[in-house]
Amino acid sequence: MTTLTPLLTRRWATPESWRLSTYVNDGGYQALRRALAQEPSAIVDAVKASGLRGRGGAGFPTGLKWSFLPKPDGGPRYLVVNADESEPGTCKDIPLILADPHLLLEGIAIAAFAIGCHHAFIYLRGEVVHAHRRLQRAIEEATDAGFLGDNICGAGFDLTLTLHAGAGAYICGEETALLDSLEGKRGQPRLKPPFPAVEGLYARPTIVNNVETLAQVPGIIANGPKWFGSLGTEKSKGHGIFSLSGHVTHPGQYEAPFGITLRELLKMAGGIREGHDLKFWTPGGSSTPLLTADHLDVPLDHESVAEAGSALGTRAIQVFDETVCAVRAAARWMEFYAHESCGKCTPCREGTSWLRQLLARIEAGQGREADLDLLGEIPDQIVGKAFCPLGDGAPACVTSSLLHFRKDYEEHIRLGGCPFDPVACIPVREDVA
Amino acid sequence: MSYDETTRNSLTQDAQELVSRYPRPRSALLPMLHLVQSVDGYISPDGIAFCAESLGLAEPEVSAVATFYTQFKPQPNGTYNLGVCTTTLCAVLGGDAVFEHLSEYLNLADGQTSDDQMFTLERIQCNAACDYAPVVMVNWEFFDHQTPDTAVAMVKALQAGKPVRPTRGPDQVPTFREAERVLAGFSDGRADEGPGCGAPSRAGLDLAQSRGWSAPGKEAS
Repeated sequence: MTTLTPLLTRRWATPESWRLSTYVNDGGYQALRRALAQEPSAIVDAVKASGLRGRGGAGFPTGLKWSFLPKPDGGPRYLVVNADESEPGTCKDIPLILADPHLLLEGIAIAAFAIGCHHAFIYLRGEVVHAHRRLQRAIEEATDAGFLGDNICGAGFDLTLTLHAGAGAYICGEETALLDSLEGKRGQPRLKPPFPAVEGLYARPTIVNNVETLAQVPGIIANGPKWFGSLGTEKSKGHGIFSLSGHVTHPGQYEAPFGITLRELLKMAGGIREGHDLKFWTPGGSSTPLLTADHLDVPLDHESVAEAGSALGTRAIQVFDETVCAVRAAARWMEFYAHESCGKCTPCREGTSWLRQLLARIEAGQGREADLDLLGEIPDQIVGKAFCPLGDGAPACVTSSLLHFRKDYEEHIRLGGCPFDPVACIPVREDVA
Repeated sequence: MSYDETTRNSLTQDAQELVSRYPRPRSALLPMLHLVQSVDGYISPDGIAFCAESLGLAEPEVSAVATFYTQFKPQPNGTYNLGVCTTTLCAVLGGDAVFEHLSEYLNLADGQTSDDQMFTLERIQCNAACDYAPVVMVNWEFFDHQTPDTAVAMVKALQAGKPVRPTRGPDQVPTFREAERVLAGFSDGRADEGPGCGAPSRAGLDLAQSRGWSAPGKEAS
């Protein structure tokens, strides 16, 4: 039986968990001291050896990404933290920042030292004001205590950290759009190559890492790469936060080794809400194809979920029971993508807009049989033809819901309306009622 | 530009502080637009002119950026921005019902502001709190686990001028302009208010502690 492994989340229930004193009393910033006593290249090697893969969805090996930086040329190189958590279903980075911002700051300081960066940026989505307060205060506290700023821990390493607020644009979670936004422009993705490691912020070598990725770094330095790799699967090493939301008895954050299954997680979360059955779920946000009850035993690692026809993404597991209309779910997600498409490339801008209109028509009971053919065809005009992953991910909810729940679509057309009761899917919360 | 001298001086001083935080001045544009909203309550023509002049940009360059981001408001915003999450998960779990009730109570459609300038109601996209669904963001502070009744009661309290406390945030919900000043990058000294997390955030941790589960210790060195 797989059990939970609270590491990133372990201080979250501690009183004043966000304070520097809480973090330091729990051994915080010791990994930074340890890192500063080593060669930067040794840190990169340790992260490489750990097998840590990016926790922002794509799962790219972190140490390998760091090693793509060109040799130092005397000019600046930047670390940019992607804290623009916006993928529907994803809700792990914001609580981490609210509860334990110093864990992130220590990871940033170690990573910056490893890659030779002296000015790092946190791009935090704008729609979470309290996360800004906590992070800004943590930066002040860490700077005053000598864990950021000049001559960190007396080891001669300098790092300035700037907190930067986004302003409401999902696309800025895409790393090159994020960089354009951080440069004060519209947040639209750039053509790759050149990749940010070569030409990133201000066309200088830049590493963009997710919050949870960097929060893993102090543990790897403190406990060793082998320790990290002792959890998880062969190719998806380590542990991570699995975010359960929707029709489960106890939604929330469950930190577990990669390879845990939804069946195991559901058991821990008290199961599907009482009296109901699982209908569909997203393994890693709305951009990952829907899975069903047939996939309860798929190990939640990058390889196994891909084999099952979806993607692990951000481990944002949104659970829906049999009361939920698959057409309504897809229609609403497509409203999201059409709203958030940046408009730079035609396949995504037009494709998401047409899909949105088609789905709205079907949901309203005005769809035609031929609409289902169009829903099958339009995704082919977007996926692989869009400029960035937003377009590739947007049609996943349509294609997968049509695959598993074509009957829901056909019923809308046959009945001229939605066969589901929108009230039945609203859970009754005893603590609120 | 029609800012009075005091306003202009303080804007200039704040803008200089923001620019100093970046290697290149233009990176301060988004923070400066938040700053403009903290003064004017929206992206005003004066604010656009001020950003353009401060950063050596043309006004259309500033407008082009401002209009890209949904948090930057083209019209004067209400004192309280009521954002109801109606992306799929929140919608299904009750967000749609919450929006409908607020819309009916305030007689406002998506994106509209009340005549008294007190409320702007909008549908918002996923706000990274799905385990607290359905969520309402008031000036981008978390109001978790909302129902039509709790949301309307919260709005009534704001109308009555009573202090209203977000679920995970400061002791009292700030005004739109106050929140925008924090986003611009200026502290309001309220970081230590509110809880570290709510029950869902710690659900896994609580379970692990009750079962005696922990992560393996460090490797033998």
